Amino acid sequence: MRLLNKSFTKKYLATLLAGLTIISLASCGKKTEEKQKVVEEEKVLNIYNWSDYIAPDTIANFEKETGIKVRYDNFDNNEILHAKLMAKNTGYDIVVPSSNWAKLQMEGGLFQKLDKSKLTNYGNLDTSILKQMSVLDPGNEYLVDWLWSYNTVGINEDKVKAALGDTPMPDNAWDLVFDPKYTNKLKSCGITFLDTPTDVFQAALHYLGKHVVNGPVEDYQQAFDMLMKVRPDIKRFSSGGQIDDLASGNVCVAYGWAGDFNLARKRSIENKSEQKIVALVPKTGGLMFMDTMAIPADAPHPDNAHKFINYVLQPKVIAAITNTVTYANPNKAATEFLDPEIKANKSIFLSGEDVAKLVPPSVEDSKTKRIITRLFTQFKTGT
Amino acid sequence: MNESSSYVRHFNWGKLGVISVPYFWFVMLALIPILIVLKISMSEMELTSVSNMVDWSNGWPTVKLNFSSYLFIGGDALYIKTYLSSIKYAFITTLLCLAIGYPFAYFMARSPKHLQPMLLMLIMLPFWTSFLLRIYAWKTLLVSNGVINNILISLHIIDTPLLMMNNSFSLIIGMVYSYLPFMILPLYANLSKLDMRYLEAAADLGTSPFKAFWLITVPLSKAGIIAGSMLVFIPAVGEYVIPELLGGPSTLMIGRVLWDEFFSNNDWPMASAVAVVMILLILVPMAILNKYQAEQAGSKS
Repeated sequence: MRLLNKSFTKKYLATLLAGLTIISLASCGKKTEEKQKVVEEEKVLNIYNWSDYIAPDTIANFEKETGIKVRYDNFDNNEILHAKLMAKNTGYDIVVPSSNWAKLQMEGGLFQKLDKSKLTNYGNLDTSILKQMSVLDPGNEYLVDWLWSYNTVGINEDKVKAALGDTPMPDNAWDLVFDPKYTNKLKSCGITFLDTPTDVFQAALHYLGKHVVNGPVEDYQQAFDMLMKVRPDIKRFSSGGQIDDLASGNVCVAYGWAGDFNLARKRSIENKSEQKIVALVPKTGGLMFMDTMAIPADAPHPDNAHKFINYVLQPKVIAAITNTVTYANPNKAATEFLDPEIKANKSIFLSGEDVAKLVPPSVEDSKTKRIITRLFTQFKTGT
Repeated sequence: MNESSSYVRHFNWGKLGVISVPYFWFVMLALIPILIVLKISMSEMELTSVSNMVDWSNGWPTVKLNFSSYLFIGGDALYIKTYLSSIKYAFITTLLCLAIGYPFAYFMARSPKHLQPMLLMLIMLPFWTSFLLRIYAWKTLLVSNGVINNILISLHIIDTPLLMMNNSFSLIIGMVYSYLPFMILPLYANLSKLDMRYLEAAADLGTSPFKAFWLITVPLSKAGIIAGSMLVFIPAVGEYVIPELLGGPSTLMIGRVLWDEFFSNNDWPMASAVAVVMILLILVPMAILNKYQAEQAGSKS
């Protein structure tokens, strides 16, 4: 019996070793293969984008048009993308970080400059959005906006009204998530927050009327104290799950992305569910964000990446994406191809007055980030 | 002494060749990665990269060590609290795995020989589906409008759904479920080799079965208990996926803190320092235990 066991172990070890050798050999082989790719630029394109952020036929049509085979992967927070880019050799040709993170990545030399001579549809872009972007990306040299939206409060209208009872809806939508007077009542039908420290603290600081980034430590402490008062009423922290949570009626109030709230609205209308989801436009303004296409410095297929960006800049293509995911696009020429319902939705394409009130995207320095993450952990655990 | 000198005289190159293969893999896959983590933990974070430890700007190499990350861990109660809470959950998981796994392994080892391969197969079977799927399955079982609550409500046993999700209950269920096979397998291997003649002798001398089990089977299976407990405890301390999917905001685990340091704070040195401290926290007690056992074995012979 013991002999048998020994030979079994040996066999097992031998197989394991053989397996490891094969893996290491295979990865060596892959590297030489990649080197050849650079010379030829084969018809392949690797894209890394947010989940739920594209029309069903966008990729298929591009493949048909150009003969380039696309591999399309998803992420659901900037942090993951940032860590991947920092580790280099991602293999991706197009990544879509939010503009404030993209600024950091740009300054770290992780992106390559765009060759605008290859982007013949660049003129379709809205100049006011380009101007906004140039604050972070001077001269718009690296980034092209994919879609944009803003952080705000989303509600399930009927459930919120029922939970509030006699109390009327607040004048300022932010009260629904930051004022204990309201959260105490809304607790019964469920409140959810984004699970990213920076998003939560920027909104809290904005509500308090402070600088949203890199203010003094006392500001952060004050925001934390305010957040702790509503903490017992928060049911869930989630960034990727809010669409489902709202559409299924699991929660009735969310602090998150306006685009997601409208997507939840669209889904519940499509499913003929009774949940009426509404993205509110706060009187004091939401926090704007833009998700931008960029080409990593070590992208294996930069030519194909330019072709894809130019393809997305076509009005019909980006209009189809907005019609699917209910996020606003930066393409002026695309407006005529939008579904009337999307075009009329004042929480997707904000009025000029509301756009002016949006807080433009900005980013924390590393010292502030540490303070925020620490406070956020404390906030989440509720101690 | 005698043995080692004979080893030197007949130097066996074939033996060295065989031994060096696992050592090579150990160095490549364990030692070097740990050294890299150690190196990063003592570097400084730059905008989108980690600083170089060796500086050649003066014409000769200057090594810069930065211990600020370690000092920071010592200075903030959060880390200590999280380490303790991770160890607590890992410990509870290990105890429960042992309590459930031991009878399981005992039963398997005592069942008819021709059934044993099949029973072993049944233990391994869950590994054929994805680990993530199995954790998600627990989610659908435990949530407020999930399978268990719905059944209990429709049977009128409870009126309001039990809160079983996103708390320490769901976390421990998930951990025990996932790690149970790692406890059963070494225990089974150990118990199936148990020499039955000891038990027969005990019975002949008039010991009750329960006492015989306690005085003979359990001490003889000590090696299996230790091996199984280590296999469960060590990965459970650093577990990230199960707390993330089944745990709640109040179940602090070191895996989550690591994630925060690495991703939210984008501070790789700090994340590495947290990892190094975690490795030390697990390694040091084990080394002491090992030494103690070796001494015990030495004094016995």
